[in-house]
Amino acid sequence: MANNSARFHYCLRLADNANVLAHRLCQWSGRGPTLEEDMALSNFGLDLIGQARSLYSYAAVLEGAGQSEDDLAYLRDANRYGNVLLAEYPNGDFAVTLLRHMLYSAFYYPFYVALSSSADEELAAIAAKAEREMAYHLRHSAEWVIRLGDGTEESARRMQQAVKVLWPFTGELFETDHVEEELVASGVAVDPESLREQWGSTVAGVFERAQLSVPQGAWMQSGGRRGEHSEHLGPMLAEMQFLQRSYPEAQW
Amino acid sequence: MVALVRSVSDARHSAEISDPELQCAYVAAADVCDPEVPVLTLEDLGVLRGVQRDADGQIVVRLTPTYSGCPAMHAMREDVMTALGGIGLANARVELVLAPAWTTDWMSDAGREKLRAYGIAPPLGRAKKRGLFDQESVPCPRCGSSSTEKISEFGSTACKAHWRCLSCSEPFDYFKCL
Repeated sequence: MANNSARFHYCLRLADNANVLAHRLCQWSGRGPTLEEDMALSNFGLDLIGQARSLYSYAAVLEGAGQSEDDLAYLRDANRYGNVLLAEYPNGDFAVTLLRHMLYSAFYYPFYVALSSSADEELAAIAAKAEREMAYHLRHSAEWVIRLGDGTEESARRMQQAVKVLWPFTGELFETDHVEEELVASGVAVDPESLREQWGSTVAGVFERAQLSVPQGAWMQSGGRRGEHSEHLGPMLAEMQFLQRSYPEAQW
Repeated sequence: MVALVRSVSDARHSAEISDPELQCAYVAAADVCDPEVPVLTLEDLGVLRGVQRDADGQIVVRLTPTYSGCPAMHAMREDVMTALGGIGLANARVELVLAPAWTTDWMSDAGREKLRAYGIAPPLGRAKKRGLFDQESVPCPRCGSSSTEKISEFGSTACKAHWRCLSCSEPFDYFKCL
């Protein structure tokens, strides 16, 4: 199959999304509000690390430059990362973390369902596994958005505040650039525009049950695909990459 | 190359393999137990996708992960290699395959019954897409009561949830339907 370079970049961005969000979730390990939710967040992180590993490994094959999954995850600087800004947004409180996860899963669940029909068989196989995982990520995070949004005065205030800070990062989910447009045309990539209606109705359904209001006409942030990140990604990668940077090729 | 496993129903037909060395390799790999749910063999779990020879004649055991990030995959690989080494086939190798994706539909009926007898509620029925707000009802693996409640979506491993029986009061693991 042609356009290896475009597929490499596409695959790498998907891997970066999963890896960055996984690391954020792992920062909750041992700090969850209850043991059950501590395990839930760590399990979500584990699924995403699994997805990231498959995607980085395949990206390394597409690149054909002899890099490993670890090289791609641990030896690239923030301006080489192509994840969406939503994934790197700091955990904040439990409301921010769960809303971030719901907004992300509401997009990536139908995304991976669509990608499982990709003309690229390896991407299709990775997507078919990820799809089932994102389905229960969405279910669990949506339940929490509803419980907190429709909960006490304090939990509702915090969830509405989370909506306010995260909403500007949702527009980027639907962006494309020349890399993706080329791959959409050849049946490899998913056109995110085709998911807008489903994402919108999932989120609206959850917000309605949670008694949350959807911000109107918000300014949308952008830049992740181009390596233009928030000030939060660099410090996160510094922590995540420390071991491989200080002890190159360390194994465990 | 002979592909031995093409679907769920084919998965347990080791008898169809005519190459005696391959057949031994299949049986040895099939009998390896899941490191996290040791009551199930890899064959019961449905993660053994077949044994074949590559173009150079090397024996290749094909395994598929349950969840993308299943931490037991590494141990499964090592356990299969140990089992093959034990019957003089240490030069075989294990290969990971992703497609078709594993679901709980790949678990054998014998495997489901072993789980229940072990005190873990087996996955309910067949994998299907549950609506976003649909609730599950899981019968207690000990007393059979359907009066149960979920304690935690995630239990002792990624593939299990933690439940409690309201009739006999026993907490139990539920192997989630994926």
